[in-house]
Amino acid sequence: MLCWRYCADLERINMLREITIGQYYPVDSVLHRMDPRTKLFGTMVYIVSLFLADNVWGYAAAAVFLAVVIRLSRVPVSFMVRGLKAILFLLLISVSFNLFLTDGEELFRIWVLRVTKEGVRMAGFMAVRLIFLVMGSSVMTLTTTPNQLTDGLEKSLGFLKKIKVPVHEMAMIMSIALRFIPILVEETDKIMKAQMARGADFESGGLVQKAKSMVPLLVPLFISAFRRATDLAMAMEARCYHGGEGRTKMKPLRYAGRDYAAYLTYAAYMGVMAAVRVVF
Amino acid sequence: MAIKVENLTFIYNQGTALEQKALDDVSFEIPDGQFVGLIGHTGSGKSTLIQHLNGLVKPTGGKILYNGEDICGEGYNLRQLRSKVGLVFQYPEHQLFEVDVISDVCYGPRNLGLSEEEVHARAEDALRLVGMKEKYWDQSPFELSGGQKRRVAIAGVLAMNPEVLILDEPTAGLDPRGRDEILDQIEMLHKERGMTTILVSHSMEDMARYADRLLVMNHGKKAFDGTPKEVFRHYKELEQMGLAAPQVTYVVHALRERGLEIDEDITTVEEARDALLAVLRRPGKDQHA
Repeated sequence: MLCWRYCADLERINMLREITIGQYYPVDSVLHRMDPRTKLFGTMVYIVSLFLADNVWGYAAAAVFLAVVIRLSRVPVSFMVRGLKAILFLLLISVSFNLFLTDGEELFRIWVLRVTKEGVRMAGFMAVRLIFLVMGSSVMTLTTTPNQLTDGLEKSLGFLKKIKVPVHEMAMIMSIALRFIPILVEETDKIMKAQMARGADFESGGLVQKAKSMVPLLVPLFISAFRRATDLAMAMEARCYHGGEGRTKMKPLRYAGRDYAAYLTYAAYMGVMAAVRVVF
Repeated sequence: MAIKVENLTFIYNQGTALEQKALDDVSFEIPDGQFVGLIGHTGSGKSTLIQHLNGLVKPTGGKILYNGEDICGEGYNLRQLRSKVGLVFQYPEHQLFEVDVISDVCYGPRNLGLSEEEVHARAEDALRLVGMKEKYWDQSPFELSGGQKRRVAIAGVLAMNPEVLILDEPTAGLDPRGRDEILDQIEMLHKERGMTTILVSHSMEDMARYADRLLVMNHGKKAFDGTPKEVFRHYKELEQMGLAAPQVTYVVHALRERGLEIDEDITTVEEARDALLAVLRRPGKDQHA
């Protein structure tokens, strides 16, 4: 029993470590090297295209496109599927609503629940659409580091500066927050281990007991977070950081040939999707 | 036979692209009462290794035996192990959380389920052992100086009455006086209580002075294992690993190259002084001309 409990603690630490990696899957591929703006735009195009599809052929085209992109990303498919776990519940609800609550030609009936031909069709499309949506956006997060992503967002949303939206500051806050996640996770891991070495037990007991057992973890964690925040602010000021005004980038985002090729592909893909919708 | 490590292997993030071998087939045995120094460059697997020794990390392969029992075995009481093998992490003051010093030190023994009197008795003992005066006991640990905080944190582990004490760079970031005080206290604990001690440090001088035995880790493997004198004889290989011998060993080697007959195994300043005086006083020779 005791051993099991400590194993659970260890499991949790391992889980934390998995979050540390975040979504990014570090391999080298065309998609990894692509400009983050291209990938952001591509994700948007793909999402729109999914809502454009209204028949089997449209979804087939979307499936082919997704399969090719996943292949190009060199990320194992299991990682994409892992993201689906998070939406399993949503998927079940939307599928059953569509299945049982759509009017039309009755196929069969279980008690008061009618299953119609249209319902099956709608539920199937809804499920495919949701799955493709999640997998499509995971391709982007798996191939783009959080920092690249914020860079891309900052640049893409740069036009908002004209109407006095502090785009740079928001992007900076976002990238610092993202940067701090692994640091704080690591810190949590360390403090947790240190307290476990002093016999701490984060698993057993009721709700109150569990909440109490978190104090030795949370107090040091907060102290360390504040210390790190102060240190970082000082380090940034020491290097004359003064916000986005007139700031240049060491690695400015620049489109390469593959990005133009990607945009052409998007256009072709959207053309196919539109054609499929009109023709069938 | 207190601690026995057999073919220990540990892989981080197994099965992902970030897979990394932290420990690779490490085996050794530490008998009761030994003072072992553990050295290795940053990322050589030292910290991972010591976390295995009190069951905070589960090995990917191999075994760890404490007093002959497999600590990864089913039903092994890891909580009891953690009270026997005390582990002081790097920057242990970062784990302080209580409102006053004495309550913080009480945390460990209280987790062992002891009576309240016993908990307090142990905490007070531990605080005295690390040289914290009674006037500090009711202060907030966050108001203390860096060296004092660290001593309180070490007391927090000592209060559990461990048989083995493992310290991960206990002197990192301290001033010279804080350093010496902590190391002297560790040595005293080792001598008076016969506590098995494992000390991780980057100071070769400290290693030469305190350790009976040195374990050198390099890229997750055990590179050397022997007395400090034996290990420091390989100072050239140590340098290739990003380590070194104590400064005075280099001085001795330089003197030998100039023809002075002095023992090459000298690792501390005191030994060097005695040896040099002996050579210089030897009659009939005019070495220093």
